[in-house]
Amino acid sequence: MKTKEEILKSFPKNPDYIIEILHALQDNNPYNYLTPEDIKLCAEYLDLPVSYVEGVASFYSMFSLKPRGRYVIRLCDSPPCHLVGSESLLEYLEKKLKIKVGETTPDRLFTLELTSCLGVCAVAPAMMINDEVYGNLTFEKIDKILEEKRGNL
Amino acid sequence: MSIVRSHVLISIDANTLLAGAKAVEEALINELRRRGIDKEVGVIETGPLGIIGKGVVMVVYPEGVYYGNVKPEDIPELVEEHFIKGRPLKRLMIENIITPSVVVKEEVGLTKRQVRIVLKNSGVINPESIEEYIASDGFDGLTKAIFEMKPEDVIKVVKDSGLRGRGGAGFPTGLKWEFTYKIPSDEKYVICNADEGEPGTFKDRLILEGDPYRIVEAMTIAGYAVGAKKGYIYIRGEYKLSIDRMQKAIQTAKEYGLLGDNILGSNFSFDIEVRKGAGAYICGEETALIESLEGKRGVPRIKPPYPVSQGLRNKPTVVNNVETLANIPDIVRNGAEWFRQFGTEKCPGTKVYTILGDVINAGLIEVEMGTPLREIIFQYGGGIKDGKKFKCALVGGAAGAFLGEEMLDVKMDFENLKEYKAVLGSGAILVMNESACIVDMLKSILRFFEHESCGRCTPCRVGTKRLVEIINRFANLEGSEEDIDEMVNISLVMKDTSFCPLGQSVHLPVVSAIRYFKDEFINHFKEKYCVANRCGRKVEVLS
Repeated sequence: MKTKEEILKSFPKNPDYIIEILHALQDNNPYNYLTPEDIKLCAEYLDLPVSYVEGVASFYSMFSLKPRGRYVIRLCDSPPCHLVGSESLLEYLEKKLKIKVGETTPDRLFTLELTSCLGVCAVAPAMMINDEVYGNLTFEKIDKILEEKRGNL
Repeated sequence: MSIVRSHVLISIDANTLLAGAKAVEEALINELRRRGIDKEVGVIETGPLGIIGKGVVMVVYPEGVYYGNVKPEDIPELVEEHFIKGRPLKRLMIENIITPSVVVKEEVGLTKRQVRIVLKNSGVINPESIEEYIASDGFDGLTKAIFEMKPEDVIKVVKDSGLRGRGGAGFPTGLKWEFTYKIPSDEKYVICNADEGEPGTFKDRLILEGDPYRIVEAMTIAGYAVGAKKGYIYIRGEYKLSIDRMQKAIQTAKEYGLLGDNILGSNFSFDIEVRKGAGAYICGEETALIESLEGKRGVPRIKPPYPVSQGLRNKPTVVNNVETLANIPDIVRNGAEWFRQFGTEKCPGTKVYTILGDVINAGLIEVEMGTPLREIIFQYGGGIKDGKKFKCALVGGAAGAFLGEEMLDVKMDFENLKEYKAVLGSGAILVMNESACIVDMLKSILRFFEHESCGRCTPCRVGTKRLVEIINRFANLEGSEEDIDEMVNISLVMKDTSFCPLGQSVHLPVVSAIRYFKDEFINHFKEKYCVANRCGRKVEVLS
């Protein structure tokens, strides 16, 4: 793992790169979020007010300002996935993980989120877990994927 | 490259990787080696073949046989049958496929002619190989532009070709370039908009994954034409493979002297940088995209001034969609007349569509502008699956309109659809059969808009909320006649008063849904009846 200073230094000191920097800092955090310290360091590095950096971070849905699980599940909820039953998958995930959308399991393993179109509509219904995409989802497939993720630890 | 008797092109893209394409490729290479024919049969990774929902897909040339749902355990049988015995393995063959990148032009007395423009190389060449791109006429357009044409000549060709922006608005591309060219400035920029977020659209992703050098070449030509030295491609953060491929393509092009300082030894220098989005639909709007590139919250700017005069860092900026740019190299190479032979008078060229939903062959096609919707759904899409009847199609994504059965013969281009209060939009065609519920669909669309509204202007921020509240009533088998009128009302006020195209587009699905299926809304509260049996109760079964 890189130190935060190393990450910052790999980008030019130019406010243009704020989103790239926030991506890099968040990817480096095992709990997939930006800590208050990250925001402050980014602001200092780019010579911007902390409020400005937080304003940018809170605008984009890929950034989180509170701790998330090791695996962030982002279920696609756009019309093509909706048509083939993503809503019942959401209910299933909520029941199975015993959390609601936006929440994290007590063991800090999974966070459940909704996302708009992932651009893999041909294998709808689909979801993303961190960087990986899963398609043609069914209840059984979800069971298998969650099992696999649990087993990874 | 050694000479081989057969080529196996295996599609490596987000969809097939998901289905285990790498394991299949490895099994294939091992099996060919075991059989001692690895020198005779070449295995090549290529981009998306445009066949979707069939797992790992590959095509064998010269026969042109397509295989789908291939698993590692199928490989011994496949090699035995196809490459040893020389007969295709019927069990895995995909028949009656719609080839992805093919335009079929039928003329009386003439045989079918196939033309590919945007998807010419997709699924044919290895997207990570610059040699293969060059071998298929790649960088010819750029070379011609730099050494044989003045910037004005390039702009003239693009103007004469009649190419219009494929991002949705359909603005003439040449005109955009000319505006930027004419404004004197020490710095100008070219931006490729790859923030593809319209629900049901993935054409730009497939172009970037399947033919990244085409976009490098096109952006460089645009830079030469308008006098820019720097280009940015803004790719949505979720498109990991597209980002990787594009970064590699830029790097390799630089090593070959096709990008960077003094391109091909000329005086012209141009550089491209990849930027990642972070999950905001609104950043597909060009001024919001520019704000995001500048490291700000992605909220749209007031227009005018337009980006062509004051864009990135307030400098003249050309913003073009991926598909638009993908047309440029061939237009410059072959000329405006060549391009004009395809499509319609006012909208020349082709259009890439993603056909989804209840059709037999879901996937990606490139057809001429002006192709009727019926042909797209029933010929290329193979018709409605499970023997059901066509109900309607949502054309253009969430910011598009529902088209009912009586609209099937509409010729799809920017002009014709406008007459019917519909839009071509991103080219997404979501087909619904008779058992889909329009209220349920509209609910999904309106929730999407509510989530993606950036909150800057009141009509959109509040309007999307109110619309969701109302549609939820119908979804609970409640609501009233007044609610129907109110939905139309709100969406039309939003059209007139919203700040940017997001709020201004919401009326398209709302008004068209009510125009064609008002009875269905009424059934929901009067008869407590939902055709899909989805509203008013929780669904347990997956279709």
